[in-house]
Amino acid sequence: MSFTLPKVRVPYLLLFPGFAFLFTFFILPIANLAQTSTQTPIPGGDTGQYQQTFAFSNYLNAFLDNREQFARSFIYATLATVFALAIAYPLAYAIAFKSGKFKNIFLVLVVAPFFTSFLLRTIAWKQILGEEGFVVPTLRNLHVMGQSTTITSTAVAVVAGMTYNFLPFMTLPLYASLERIDPRTIEASGDLYANGITTFRRVTVPLSLPGVVAGTLLTFIPAAGDYVNASILGSPNTKMIGNVIESRYFKIVDYPTAAALSFTLMAAILILVTLYIRKAGTEELV
Amino acid sequence: MSTSVKDASIPTIPFKARFSRWFGRNLLRIYMVFGFTYLFIPVAYTFAFSFNDAGKSNLIWKGFTLGNWQNPCGAPQICNALGNSIKIGALATLFSTILGTMIAFAIGRYKFKGRSTSNLLIFLPMATPEIVLGASLLSLFLVFKINPGFWPTVIAHVMFCVSFVVVTVKARIASLDPRLEQAAMDLYANERETFKRVTLPLVAPGIAGAALLAFSLSFDDFIITNFNSGTLITFPKFVYVAAARGIPAQANVIGSSMFFLALAIVIAGQLVHRRRSR
Repeated sequence: MSFTLPKVRVPYLLLFPGFAFLFTFFILPIANLAQTSTQTPIPGGDTGQYQQTFAFSNYLNAFLDNREQFARSFIYATLATVFALAIAYPLAYAIAFKSGKFKNIFLVLVVAPFFTSFLLRTIAWKQILGEEGFVVPTLRNLHVMGQSTTITSTAVAVVAGMTYNFLPFMTLPLYASLERIDPRTIEASGDLYANGITTFRRVTVPLSLPGVVAGTLLTFIPAAGDYVNASILGSPNTKMIGNVIESRYFKIVDYPTAAALSFTLMAAILILVTLYIRKAGTEELV
Repeated sequence: MSTSVKDASIPTIPFKARFSRWFGRNLLRIYMVFGFTYLFIPVAYTFAFSFNDAGKSNLIWKGFTLGNWQNPCGAPQICNALGNSIKIGALATLFSTILGTMIAFAIGRYKFKGRSTSNLLIFLPMATPEIVLGASLLSLFLVFKINPGFWPTVIAHVMFCVSFVVVTVKARIASLDPRLEQAAMDLYANERETFKRVTLPLVAPGIAGAALLAFSLSFDDFIITNFNSGTLITFPKFVYVAAARGIPAQANVIGSSMFFLALAIVIAGQLVHRRRSR
């Protein structure tokens, strides 16, 4: 080695700048958020002024006041994750095994819609499925839909929007793990007289499990904290916990409640994720 | 042989059975067509409505025009917002790619104490919902009396892009054939030369991919930006605010251009890669 650094130090030197950054702008803010979450308003102070009183009751109040939105967030996120998995798995499978030399092109096509701003795409769905689009009037004329039923401003639209927006996050890890499967394992299964369905169930699916875990996490986590789909495609009746945190911050300047809600959301997600990873029995995350 | 058997059997099989067999064989292809149609409907819609002669509110088709494409900055503030997004995206990409690549090399190349903790620290920002990242960072800035704006937004973007860069570059490092580096050493290259002339060029496509990912994450981010940008307008913020009263068609022009630009970059990258690997 031409420079004189002891070799043991090299990884730490490489890590230092990035970790110093993450410590300052990720760990520290989270710690500060924990601190904010137990504050209460200063008596007689202005709006937005708080003092530390270790009011852990903030958590209970924040949770009890927003039980409905919490439940909705987890139900919507779970539904969106399940739908995304159902749509993405065959798609990733087809790209990995059935597209021959066009593999890379199809892969690019999966990511491509990403590059049109996701807000524009969500608004495009709103207009396609809205009153002035062609879908709703057509379905009404065919009497598939009632004259006063709508698609936008419903839970269906919010879940559909999330499914759509997080689809690439599901497809890419699935593709990566399917593509890594050695075709000989599938041939071997056939040689041992397994039919197509049995091979798929007993060989392909277990081998693609790391991709399923990574994909579901990358879909579920952002979906649970999302508020953009709910505010563009939904109505006040489809508000999620993200919408509550956003309005606590910006409209009501109630920082402690927003912090307590953020922390509860984060903790709930981390617990679910840990349980899920244990259950799926895979250490390989991404 | 199998084809002649199949050909001979066709006339005896009724249409319904033939169709279901064809359907069974091509199920995945049919599925792919539907899957990609679904993915591209809103992109096609956005592109089509970029030619709408609609003025301010681009809701209903009013007639074809090229005007929006000839004058993409026609809507007030839109090019200012686009400029901010590009500047923030470029800076966030630069910093997060440097920091992330260094971390990826440390984790991917060395065994050291605290390696699994390092992996956890990289995973945590990805496992934290964006709204929590945005809100917590804003609280920190408020404590230190830093006003939200351009630099706080850049910092926020670097923070959430770093993990994605690490994961992407690390995957590339893991897929390297160690024999290539051993060969370089056998040919009397020292460590520094091996790194510069063998390792780095091999990892470069991974770094380029990570940078592209970082830029698209940063450019498209709304939630974290909304918390930390204050009065600064970025392109997603412009779209979100405009959505309440109808988005100008120029936004569709910019969205579509970004789509085609990114597609061109990715395809060019693939072509270069293919030529090199020949």
